[in-house]
Amino acid sequence: MSNEAILHDHQTGTHDLGHAHEHHHHETFITKYVFSQDHKMIAKQFLITGMVWAIIGGLFSVIFRLQLGYPESTFPWLEDFLGHWAKGGKLDPEFYYSLVTMHGTVLVFFVLTAGLSGTFSNFLIPLQVGARDMASPFLNMLSYWFFFTASVVMMASLFVQTGPASGGWTIYPPLSALGEASEGSKIGMDLWLISMSLFIINALLGGLNYITTVLNMRTKGMSMTRMPLTMWAFFFTAILGVLSFPVLLSGSILLLFDRNLGTSFYLSDIVINGKILPNEGGSPILFQHLFWFLGHPEVYIIILPAMGIASEVMSINSRKPIFGYMAMVGSLFAITALAFVVWAHHMFVTGLNPFLGSFFVLLTLLIAVPSAIKVFNWLTTLWRGNIRFSPGMLFAIGFVSLFISGGLTGVFLGNSALDIHLHDTYFIIAHFHIVMGVAGMFGMFAGLYHWFPKMYGRYLNNTLAYIHFWVTMVGSYLIFWPMHYEGLAGMPRRYYDFTNWESFKMFAGLNQFISFVSIIVFAAQLLFVFNFFYSIFKGRKVTTLNPWGAASLEWSTPIRPGHGNWPGEIPEVHRWAYDYGKDGRDFIPQTEPVGEDESKH
Amino acid sequence: MTTATAQPTTKLWSGGKSPFNISYGKVMMWYFLMSDAFTFGAFLISYGTIRFSQNVWADANHVFNAFPFTGHANLPLAFVSLMTFILILSSVTMVLAVHDGHNMNRKGVEKWLIFTILGGLAFLGCQAWEWTHLITGDHQVLVNGVVQHWGTTVTHNPWGPETLFKGKEVATPGPIAFGGYFFGITGFHGFHVFSGVIINSVMLIKTRLKHFELRGHYEMIEKAGLYWHFVDLVWVFVFLCFYLV
Repeated sequence: MSNEAILHDHQTGTHDLGHAHEHHHHETFITKYVFSQDHKMIAKQFLITGMVWAIIGGLFSVIFRLQLGYPESTFPWLEDFLGHWAKGGKLDPEFYYSLVTMHGTVLVFFVLTAGLSGTFSNFLIPLQVGARDMASPFLNMLSYWFFFTASVVMMASLFVQTGPASGGWTIYPPLSALGEASEGSKIGMDLWLISMSLFIINALLGGLNYITTVLNMRTKGMSMTRMPLTMWAFFFTAILGVLSFPVLLSGSILLLFDRNLGTSFYLSDIVINGKILPNEGGSPILFQHLFWFLGHPEVYIIILPAMGIASEVMSINSRKPIFGYMAMVGSLFAITALAFVVWAHHMFVTGLNPFLGSFFVLLTLLIAVPSAIKVFNWLTTLWRGNIRFSPGMLFAIGFVSLFISGGLTGVFLGNSALDIHLHDTYFIIAHFHIVMGVAGMFGMFAGLYHWFPKMYGRYLNNTLAYIHFWVTMVGSYLIFWPMHYEGLAGMPRRYYDFTNWESFKMFAGLNQFISFVSIIVFAAQLLFVFNFFYSIFKGRKVTTLNPWGAASLEWSTPIRPGHGNWPGEIPEVHRWAYDYGKDGRDFIPQTEPVGEDESKH
Repeated sequence: MTTATAQPTTKLWSGGKSPFNISYGKVMMWYFLMSDAFTFGAFLISYGTIRFSQNVWADANHVFNAFPFTGHANLPLAFVSLMTFILILSSVTMVLAVHDGHNMNRKGVEKWLIFTILGGLAFLGCQAWEWTHLITGDHQVLVNGVVQHWGTTVTHNPWGPETLFKGKEVATPGPIAFGGYFFGITGFHGFHVFSGVIINSVMLIKTRLKHFELRGHYEMIEKAGLYWHFVDLVWVFVFLCFYLV
């Protein structure tokens, strides 16, 4: 036996897959749509599950915005809908916290992690590196079903008597560790922890597949530096996930023990309802360290795929090579590396030693450098480009706009001195929603509008897409921009009602305005959902192989690729993915050999 | 054949083959082990921060001084040394299984896998004995002026500093965190050993059924071996942190 035998064995294995597909096609409904091992179907499963969660998570924000915008009003229909959580049409304060917590959890993990990188890593990696499927299609399927199980558990927690977790998406102990502390810290919190543990297994299995597929399964000629930037982005995202999620797993396990076995990992010197608890010696700050060691990389797990998608979509629709390809790769790497050493900037006001804090300030502000490199590269890609304002392109440009606006406030927050004033105010809400939340969603929309023809062989409706874009773009700024002022004035986040504060009364009208816009923006997302499902069945059909005139490999597959992606041999790659507007040609596909008199880039 | 084998090293990353010249399964295993190392790292670092925030801690030489069938003989760390020796020995037998796999020697693979599984089971048995001994132990502890009888659990630590009570040396309660971390981390490691035994048993069955012989290579044994050695390596750190430091 030799190593060659092992490698050869695997290659023939994948080879057979492509040919087997042509000859016998005995897929049942179960193997094709439910327990599918085809990366394209698994991507769609992630996408649609993510969309269901996005609607639920978005609806939660609309409901708690009703409370924040109209604190004096009652909404009787809420009682029909939520029962004892909204007696008399007024949100129960406990449930308000549950809504905030679930909105954060669902959007951060289930939508912007599983829905974004789960969808696009699965869909694009084999297609763009030139592979029949993921390295291990079976683990890939398992990854989705762990996500599905996590979803079921999280969904179940919405329906228990005491309600879902309510300690904020960061679930800091001791609040989250003690069932007596609040309704949401009872069974809802256990379900949250179990669901997240399952989710972490999903992220691990998925991530291992993404990494190995990018490293091992590239087609002939597809060197690392010929890969589209999406591939680099998903690759680094997967590494971040594989190395940071396990730390949250450790933290969650210790929290589960504290809740159920009487250990004292996070608990010390606690009096609750007049009763002194025996727990001693633990540290709630320890949990924050463990949480943010994942929590901070997590925001890059969200934004890196969006960056990759935006780079790809912008280059194609500017008909220009991406500006500074190697700088883009380098800055992705720099962000990935820095992601692991900045977590304590979430903890400046926990009593962290200010001297230690100064290192975290420095490292945090360093992230501005690769971020700025990326921004300037996007802008210079647009510069003098032959821009096609397709819906995907609009969302990619919108992404850059949001990333700039939200990134600049990150420089404020990264300073520990300013953070004393700004932490836990609406300023931080504005910051992370713009730079991570909405920007992440924009990356996802850019990808969806761009690759929908590859996914379903049909186009999304353009008119609806433009309405969707402009309402979302304008609405996002109208919602989150005013929050900067509220935050600078000291208005704290997570509060149920501000009417008792003389200082925040001036924001009553502004809060109403924000709530009003958020309802409109939510409605625009429903328009997109309609467009999505309508177009799957009734959309305009794709008639050419390469509708966007893109150079990357996925457009060399048939319009509706089967399992195995390419009917014959996998094409060989001869050039990078960004030969646009070269030598008088609109674009040159990666599969075309370099001509003798071709100019060098 | 010469064109196929004589690939210049500069072309390693140019696609169409594995840049590390290893299969995807091994790449996956290595990344999984890195991930798992972060899980254990987080546990051990948590343990370190809490332990060194305390004024006192349990003395390992007192806590772990028992040995089966020796009554109350004071044999500090003797039993855990035996456990460690068993686990390391099982790593050796795993290496021999992988080695016989390279030589396509099915009988050899089977033999050494059986020894490895036995080693894993012996380790788990030792751990079960140690846990039981600690939990059901009976130690006098002075609590609020009354002598109570405690075992070592996640909520009780009878290994605090000793004090004079009615002319006798009696222990006081020690930091509660000790039990939580000890049982938590050695339990999590034990769970890994248990998984390893399951994996190795599956490998044994597949070897017996000649799956690997027909496939032409024993790479699965190598991957199981990587996992098994990792679990061993983690034990070295657990051993260091709980028994030696």
